[in-house]
Amino acid sequence: MMKRILPYPLFGLALLVMWLLLMQSISPGQILLGCLVALIATNAMSALQPETANIRFGMAMLRLPLVVLQDIFRSNLAVGRIILQGQRQHIRSGFLQIPLDMRDRFGLGVLAIILTATPGTLWVQYDRSRNLLLLHVLDFVDPDHWVELIKERYERLLMEIFE
Amino acid sequence: MSATLLLGWSITISQLILGFAMACATWRVVIGPRAQDRVLGLDTLYVNAMLLLVTFGIQSGQTLYFEAALVIGMLGFTGTVALSKFLMRGEVIE
Amino acid sequence: MTEAPDLPLWAAILTALLLLTGASITAIGSIGLLRLKSFYQRVHAPTLGSTLGAGGILVASILCFSVLEGRAVIHEVLIALFLTLTTPVTLMLLARAALYRDRTEGDEDVPKELD
Repeated sequence: MMKRILPYPLFGLALLVMWLLLMQSISPGQILLGCLVALIATNAMSALQPETANIRFGMAMLRLPLVVLQDIFRSNLAVGRIILQGQRQHIRSGFLQIPLDMRDRFGLGVLAIILTATPGTLWVQYDRSRNLLLLHVLDFVDPDHWVELIKERYERLLMEIFE
Repeated sequence: MSATLLLGWSITISQLILGFAMACATWRVVIGPRAQDRVLGLDTLYVNAMLLLVTFGIQSGQTLYFEAALVIGMLGFTGTVALSKFLMRGEVIE
Repeated sequence: MTEAPDLPLWAAILTALLLLTGASITAIGSIGLLRLKSFYQRVHAPTLGSTLGAGGILVASILCFSVLEGRAVIHEVLIALFLTLTTPVTLMLLARAALYRDRTEGDEDVPKELD
């Protein structure tokens, strides 16, 4: 019964929060309207029959944002330095192929967002049959460093959350 | 009073800096050399314009600019996605 | 020219610093768009503006309005969320499009199809 009225509780809650943020109020009327929007949208969503993610709540969920924020901060400085120094130094940029272990679609989606949002690395292509990722790196000092970074820092945590 | 003056000047300076950033992005749109460079410049232009609107919002003390920034961001996103799709396939909707 | 909301000194200084850093980082990203040499290098430049640059300016806005209205005004979080979700999508699509175009033209510098 509950499942039929509210098929995706987390998604519905996120919609309600978004509505309240947009309206900038937490008056009962707006909460009611937001609930209505969330209900209609989640039910419309179930017509599409999306895959549901198996999210495991735990320490990895808290550690991942911290790790990512720290890396974004650091690579912002690194890329900024490369841009400002310009032609004087030689940077080696190129493509890198990385074999992944993770197969969960949501985990891969989050990994794509993390890698692309971090300046200096860009997710270019992914081959599902061989689980191979094509990555473009702005300045690779040594390729092994990047493979290790992605596998150790992100993939392990993501697999803890999603698989 | 001095706090307001300080904030006012820093807002103006950041707006000038953002304007300069927009000029850089526009220049990339103009010189190309290839279509993907122009689309990349356009995308950067949108993001910079969005941030510029947020600074206008701080300057005026009104939250009205927030909606405008959100709309610019969404238009920029759809525009860039459509253009990239076009570059890849030669058609937007297949 | 220099109109601004009336904030207490500490908030004004903090907002000013955040604004200036955010704007400068965004500008560095846009400069990178001009200075880097190949397209695949240039794709990395705008992410500076959409991560730390946008972060600085949005946090400045949150701080300014929260102090001004005496309550938590955090709807800028929506812009941040929106940016983090859309920038990867656009950049990935654009990189794929560029790769596809280079491959069909037989460019030797890009990797062959993953097969």
